[in-house]
Amino acid sequence: MAKARFSFPTALTGAMTLTIVFIVFAILGNIFWFGHAHLSWEFLTTPPKEGMTAGGIFPAIFGTVLLVFLMTIAVVPIGVVTAIYLSEYARETSPLTRLVRLAVSNLAGVPSIVFGLFGLGFFIQFLGAGMDRALHLDLTFGQPCLLWAAMTLAVLNMPVVIVTTEEALKQVPEDYRHASLALGASKWQTIWRVILPQALPGVLTGAILAISRGAGEVAPIMFTGAAYFLPQLPHALSDQFMDLGYHVYVMATQSPDVEATKPILYSTVFVLLSVTFLLNLSAIALRSALRRRFQRG
Amino acid sequence: MKRKSRAAEKAIELAIALVAMSTIASILLIFLFVMREALPIFTSLKVQKEASLARFFTTTIWQPVSDWPRYGFAPLILGTFKITFVALLFAIPLGVGAALFTSEFAPRRAKEFLKPIVEILAGIPSVVLGFFALIVLASFLQRVLGYGSRLNTFNAGIALGFAVIPTIFTISEDALTAVPKSLREASLALGADPWQTAWRVTLPAAQTGILASILLGLGRAIGETMIVLMASGNASLFTASVFDSTRSLSATIAAELGEVVFGDPHYNTLYFIGTLLFTMTFFVNLGASLMVDRLKRKLAGKL
Repeated sequence: MAKARFSFPTALTGAMTLTIVFIVFAILGNIFWFGHAHLSWEFLTTPPKEGMTAGGIFPAIFGTVLLVFLMTIAVVPIGVVTAIYLSEYARETSPLTRLVRLAVSNLAGVPSIVFGLFGLGFFIQFLGAGMDRALHLDLTFGQPCLLWAAMTLAVLNMPVVIVTTEEALKQVPEDYRHASLALGASKWQTIWRVILPQALPGVLTGAILAISRGAGEVAPIMFTGAAYFLPQLPHALSDQFMDLGYHVYVMATQSPDVEATKPILYSTVFVLLSVTFLLNLSAIALRSALRRRFQRG
Repeated sequence: MKRKSRAAEKAIELAIALVAMSTIASILLIFLFVMREALPIFTSLKVQKEASLARFFTTTIWQPVSDWPRYGFAPLILGTFKITFVALLFAIPLGVGAALFTSEFAPRRAKEFLKPIVEILAGIPSVVLGFFALIVLASFLQRVLGYGSRLNTFNAGIALGFAVIPTIFTISEDALTAVPKSLREASLALGADPWQTAWRVTLPAAQTGILASILLGLGRAIGETMIVLMASGNASLFTASVFDSTRSLSATIAAELGEVVFGDPHYNTLYFIGTLLFTMTFFVNLGASLMVDRLKRKLAGKL
């Protein structure tokens, strides 16, 4: 590629690029600057007090971890198997394959608030209420709770896991498949023993990206399980829970005393951002490690 | 033995295909169950007394909680449109410009730095962007531009732009990078300078991908909730100014669903808005994915 000499258009597009870099650093810098001051061990390990103007965020951290854990258990197997189908079994021209691909790309585009409506209408009102009726329970699963919030997030994150895993599976060179099949392994044995282990960093990347996205989403869980304020921790799937992202929203918009809440709010955002930031960074690193592995080999 | 393992292989393949179909089931279930709760608007006379299609589109007032509830969609649709417009006006030049710079002019080391930076922006949760817009950006913009209400369309649009930039940048950059080197070399050999090559040759060659990126950005902007909910002020005004407070379709659902009575016309109406959002984004994304398909086939030399 010829080296670009300095010219007005390159300077203009360069300035646009710098603007984006500046925006990213302004957001991260602002939140770091005002967020780290109030951080302490106590802040991370105690519940909120005095109408959220004092105390910590432990229930929100605990709830978020539990939420994404359940979500991951649900979404990773389904996502990985779907990716295996798309990468190893599907014939690109078959109508089923095209429908699955269409569904994945459209699922990725459904607004997150619509997932919230779906979670409430399907999981809570239909499945949950149905379970309560079938099992003769009092109101248990027919209400917003941890389980349904996690399932709603799992559906939302399906495309993330599928796309990332499929990309990783496709990067495993064809030679590996041929070699394994030539040695007499069946197709499934090849996938399970050769392809999947090779693509493991990619599978992990998909899971990490899903966790990161799941930890930050608020709109889908507002009506499916997240609680406004709940100092005690959830101990059953049918309990409500506090969530970091929702806690940020609540404190930012509904605090009785904005100035008193501000340091806590900033530190909560700092914690949420650090978690998603570190997860994304490790996903980026893993992905490039996988790319390098097959480029060299 | 052999026959048994062949049967097992078949069974595994079938099971895998069934799991893959859960994606199709999911999208259908989403549509069905969101629409199901909106259905009384068409079937129940009792609901229609308050909320019907005619009422949605003939009044310009959205006032669902009052003795005389009024469900005019006009301010919400206008609000969504205004915020999306500002967001795209901000994000398209920045996203496409930066993609052009990154793929055509940036040295390799800068490229390795720029792409992760944008990925980090894409990874910032929308509630954090909403928080930033509410606390920091709103005050900053008000000081610079000196308008009246701190939380307004413009503020929400810019913050929404932050969320849309990564989509537009990433896909445009991919499309630009995928343009064959031979095209650029031919242009340079004919005496065009690098900028002329980028502007007249590379950019047009990647136009399908860039258009797809803009469509995906549009889909994201229409449906984004938390940023708009926190940054726009949420007053359902029916005005043209971008410096007025405003309320979008998505933010309306988020703000009101928590307080609505179950099975009430208001509840059905919120689900109807959800159906509307689902349908709009569905077609926008369908358009984008058809374009990406076209691009892939074109690059594979089949078109």
